[in-house]
Amino acid sequence: MRKWIYWLVAIAALAGLQASLKGLIGAYNYQIVILVGINIILAVSLNLINGVTGQFSIGHAGFYAVGAYASASVVFYGGPSIRAAVAFLPAMAQDGVLLLMGSFAAAITAGLAGLAVGIPSLRLRGDYLAIVTLGFGEIIRVLILNLDVIGGSRGFSGIPQLSNFFWVYLAVLITIISIHNLVHSSYGRAFVSVRDDEIAAEAMGVDTTRIKVMSFVISSMFAGIAGSLFGHYTMYLHPNSFLFTTSFNIIIMIVIGGLGSIEGAVLGAILITIILEVFREFGAMRLVNFSILLVLIMLYRPQGLLGTWTLFKKRDRAAPAN
Amino acid sequence: MATFLQQLINGISQGSAYALIALGYTMVYGVLRLINFAHGDVYMFGAYMGFYLANNKWIQSNVGTSTAGAVVVMVGAMALSAGLGIVIERFAYRPGRSGARFTLAFWLGIVGAGIGHLVHPSLISLAIGALGGILVGVILEQTGLRPVRQNSRLSLLIIAIGVSLVLENGGQQVFGVDPKFFPQIISTTLWHVGELTIDSQKVIVLAVSILLMLLLNLFVKYTRTGKAMRAVSFNLDAARLMGINTDRIIALTFAIGSALAAAGGILVSLLYPKIDPLMGIMPGLKAFVAAVLGGIGNITGAMLGGLIVGMAEVMAVGYGQSTYRDAIAFIILILILLLKPAGIMGKGVVEKV
Repeated sequence: MRKWIYWLVAIAALAGLQASLKGLIGAYNYQIVILVGINIILAVSLNLINGVTGQFSIGHAGFYAVGAYASASVVFYGGPSIRAAVAFLPAMAQDGVLLLMGSFAAAITAGLAGLAVGIPSLRLRGDYLAIVTLGFGEIIRVLILNLDVIGGSRGFSGIPQLSNFFWVYLAVLITIISIHNLVHSSYGRAFVSVRDDEIAAEAMGVDTTRIKVMSFVISSMFAGIAGSLFGHYTMYLHPNSFLFTTSFNIIIMIVIGGLGSIEGAVLGAILITIILEVFREFGAMRLVNFSILLVLIMLYRPQGLLGTWTLFKKRDRAAPAN
Repeated sequence: MATFLQQLINGISQGSAYALIALGYTMVYGVLRLINFAHGDVYMFGAYMGFYLANNKWIQSNVGTSTAGAVVVMVGAMALSAGLGIVIERFAYRPGRSGARFTLAFWLGIVGAGIGHLVHPSLISLAIGALGGILVGVILEQTGLRPVRQNSRLSLLIIAIGVSLVLENGGQQVFGVDPKFFPQIISTTLWHVGELTIDSQKVIVLAVSILLMLLLNLFVKYTRTGKAMRAVSFNLDAARLMGINTDRIIALTFAIGSALAAAGGILVSLLYPKIDPLMGIMPGLKAFVAAVLGGIGNITGAMLGGLIVGMAEVMAVGYGQSTYRDAIAFIILILILLLKPAGIMGKGVVEKV
């Protein structure tokens, strides 16, 4: 019962902010806030693979792209008929239904893509897995580039704007809570055990293969949702938004924040998004300083900014990666 | 058939250039177990060094623009890039390994130089800024701020990505964002053999690559230092216990790898003369794929992988699938890794429990 009250309060707060935020902080800052939200979803979900399960994925942008394009095509091509089916609802609710359908499709397709990448991970370890995930990400991008029905190299334009602060941060909440609960469940301990010692975990009866594939699938689903929200915010998608540099940025977020910790991933996403956005206005020299800052943080604080610090001291958090 | 042979020639020369870059990846991986993402940018740096050396008036007037000039440009660019490789290793990777000194001074020096240049775009203010940065760095280090020993491979990888970003963005700053055109340091002749047209540039690319790879193989196999290098790559700690100066060997590995990447950069620039500060990203990635394909850490594997990737790419473009060009390398990689998870020449690692 109390849980539902919390959710109601959260939704009311989000709706209230949605109504007032743009006026309060201006359109440019509003856009940064949206981007921060989307990157939080990406970082927290990638953290499940790289931080919690200890696998080495550097192709998160691929799943992000799959989700973005899947959702955009469902809404673009199926939008009119979906709208007709729910014509009795007010326009805002129709938008919501469309976005939910799109995000659902995004989660499913991205999850399937995650399954496809997860299966080679049965045989590959460490750097080999890393390069395969990177490869999948690039293959997905090139495939999209060649699919004319979703815009190809011209980009996918004409996507209706459906997502906004409310939906993005609702998804952020859902992502954080789901992954937090997952990590702190008995399943979650299995994820952590695969990271800490795969052989010991296997000896204790953990189906390590299944756990690894599961982490890929779950993480990809959330990345897909992030993609859906992104596409329906910017109203235009281009394969170049999903280059492997995007994957690198997400990795930077989780490592800067503190690998394996959800709080760290959130902090990293906020920091890196804002820094990159602020630096965008200035030239390459500022970007040089950003990259030097990155190197220095890693040299002087390799455990990330938060390290082992956690918001909820009482509960045992998933131990930090080492 | 003639088209096929023609593509084969193109593929071999493209592939040998990839192989040169892949060698650097694989050698660094061999000694440090690190994917040196900055390697592709060293390739870019090498091409730019070649560009500046070839346009250098002093070299043009004293050595001439003949073959001797080309050799000077090549060797000079390789030496400069080797220096860059050593600097990267010393200030980005070694601090996490053995807490090297003056790390902060070095990085803050660059930041200071940038700020100095921003305040007043002249060499003097740049130098003052750099000195200021170095001073702050040294003082901070004296207060006990030292790099932390790295345990995580992932944070080492982030450092590599960071260095790569420094080189790309710094390159845009120093070399300019606009593409430049690499001078024809060697004149082209076309040979006609039957229906085939053989470009002398391609032959040169191939010949120089093979020569360099041969030299590398001889060096690694038959010299004492090469032996030490193999020992370090086999087991770093044991090598150190046997009295090998591992830091020196690692620096040397970076130097050789970077020199080879620079050679690759110049050779590719002979074929495709447009150079820009971001040119290293894609070839770097593909060369890395080539290294993994051949079995990372394995020198022969890197050469083989480079050839396979280059060949496949040229064939894909030649037979009308040019839009899939960037995906071909990865598709082959995934297929091969599914069959042989450690790459073609890689040995499977037996896991100790």
